[in-house]
Amino acid sequence: MSRATAPLSVAWDSADIPVRPAAHGALEQALRAGRDHGRKLLVPYVTGGLAVDGGDWLDNVRAVVDAGADAVEIGIPFSDPVMDGPVIQEASEVALAAGASPATILDDLRRADVGVPLAVMTYYNVAYHMGHERFAASLADSGVSAAILPDLPFEEVGPWATAADAAGVETVLLAAPTAPDERLPMVCARSRGFVYAVGLLGVTGERDALASSALDIARRLVAVTDTPVLVGVGISDAAQAVEVCSVADGVVVGSALVRRLLAGEGPAGAAAFIGSIRSALDASVD
Amino acid sequence: MALADPGPSGRFGDFGGRFVPETLVPACQDLEKAFRAAWGDPEFHSELDRLLHDYAGRPSPLSDCDRLSEELGVRVLLKREDLNHTGSHKINNVLGQALLARRMGKKRLVAETGAGQHGVASATAAALMGMECVVYMGEVDIARQALNVFRMQLLGAEVRPAMSGSRTLKDAINEAMRDWVATVETTHYCLGSVMGPHPYPWMVREFHSVIGTEARAQCDERLGGPPDIVTACVGGGSNAIGIFSGFVDTDADLVGVEPAGGAAVGRGVPGVVHGSKSFLLQDEWGQVSEATSISAGLDYPGVGPEHSHLATIGRARYESVTDAEVVEAFSLLSRTEGIIPALEPAHALAWVSRDRAELAGKTVLINMSGRGDKDVAEMMEILG
Repeated sequence: MSRATAPLSVAWDSADIPVRPAAHGALEQALRAGRDHGRKLLVPYVTGGLAVDGGDWLDNVRAVVDAGADAVEIGIPFSDPVMDGPVIQEASEVALAAGASPATILDDLRRADVGVPLAVMTYYNVAYHMGHERFAASLADSGVSAAILPDLPFEEVGPWATAADAAGVETVLLAAPTAPDERLPMVCARSRGFVYAVGLLGVTGERDALASSALDIARRLVAVTDTPVLVGVGISDAAQAVEVCSVADGVVVGSALVRRLLAGEGPAGAAAFIGSIRSALDASVD
Repeated sequence: MALADPGPSGRFGDFGGRFVPETLVPACQDLEKAFRAAWGDPEFHSELDRLLHDYAGRPSPLSDCDRLSEELGVRVLLKREDLNHTGSHKINNVLGQALLARRMGKKRLVAETGAGQHGVASATAAALMGMECVVYMGEVDIARQALNVFRMQLLGAEVRPAMSGSRTLKDAINEAMRDWVATVETTHYCLGSVMGPHPYPWMVREFHSVIGTEARAQCDERLGGPPDIVTACVGGGSNAIGIFSGFVDTDADLVGVEPAGGAAVGRGVPGVVHGSKSFLLQDEWGQVSEATSISAGLDYPGVGPEHSHLATIGRARYESVTDAEVVEAFSLLSRTEGIIPALEPAHALAWVSRDRAELAGKTVLINMSGRGDKDVAEMMEILG
């Protein structure tokens, strides 16, 4: 039986990936300014369109901003969120069942002025299906500064990043504990807004204790980039946020907040939880 | 043409790629490297060939179907993957991947399964090689494929239900990927079809190319050359790409048969889910649709990227059949040939049977990708 012998090279041609624009966008400007003032950065994640008791979901966003968020990540729910654990999955299903779509969420955001930069977090097919240019333009038009697409890794980011850069939308890339050392500078050099450090091996969700991998990846990243490094995935409470911010520039807090929203705690509960993290982070740098 | 190496970018024309969370990128790169090395290593091939021969029972026979051919007015031959150990073509791929996992030092396999055939094959390979095995299966499929669930458990695997979304194959893949994101350092994801991130669509095709290679030689001997048509069912499309690979450089028509409720090539548009770009059933916002099919193994809204490529360049075409046509074909083959097919390959026969007027006088090779034991309980309710 004859078989083709495959070449052993696995080299990748990154020529199609545009160089990151020199100018910082609104998200990165705000996060750098906060860091320069000695502040630890706090970015809560709110599922777009999730209003458990029939209220206005934007009230959750306003509540976390009032409680001290430096920026807010807005989830556009996707049917197959492979990077998300049970809490974000459930929130996505609830929001989708309530009629949330990219259009309704971006329309709502267009009418809101929350006072801090916004980043949408969704999966690549949402952008791909709408068309890169159109999706990037709708984000810009809705006042959204940045996009986080967790299933669009560095090697595949070219076509989207080209459209996003042209529309002035920052593309935040993720950096994971599994990355070999030589990969991190490449990812950081293309990430805009901040570098999203994945705190552990696993999907989004709360954990009892901070994973040691969270401190490790933060250390490895701050050593190779000047872009703000925020750790997300598994950051569950104020103590964990403070611990990881001994190295990182800030944290993204998702499931721990969304679990409270799903439980019906509403804007008041969201504000209390995010406020507790804000106070602890501020106290840690005094 | 021959089916190509998709290169470092994992592309089949515009389709394929590696759209996975950053956490998994290094694992996919390592897997690609390990597969390239193994596939160029005669020792790996001799080990795999030995297992395929001594353990799985290859080569599988080519069966002429005299009574069926007479009834349809079409000469039908079956490539008998149903006679492999574990009852389907799936064993070809899992033996390859399990050997590869062992070479990579991985001691644990995770797999997704729809009808349970890939789950049973994965559990079998894990038992053979002393590995731990976890199989994710949609809650709906667990209910309709109870026999295969028990088989997996007998083989020492743990079956975990996927409770989200449509609770079928699509959701089992989501759960398997989530598991892999958390366990990637010790675990190999034993993906069961020609889909997912690069190198899976290519690697799984290569492990199933043995079907096409054997069938080509058997047709040369039996028919003096290739048949007029080579056909197979398509969910993700692994058995189809396996048999197509042996005939893509001939004049034979290649026909994939999708379920009407999961016709990704027939009714989908390009999209990205589960690691690659391919035709996909989705709504106006890119939310993935839920497929519906009598066959748990084909109940999937996407399709392997190389099928999207073959359809786009016109080298293969894709038909679809209804559940009712499949039930009829299931009975037809049982009655005329004494072969109870799995519901999946019954799709291919259903197309041949429905379009027999158009196919009159031709020679058609059907990949009989699995046997129907697992479907008998469900068919008892439908036909009984």
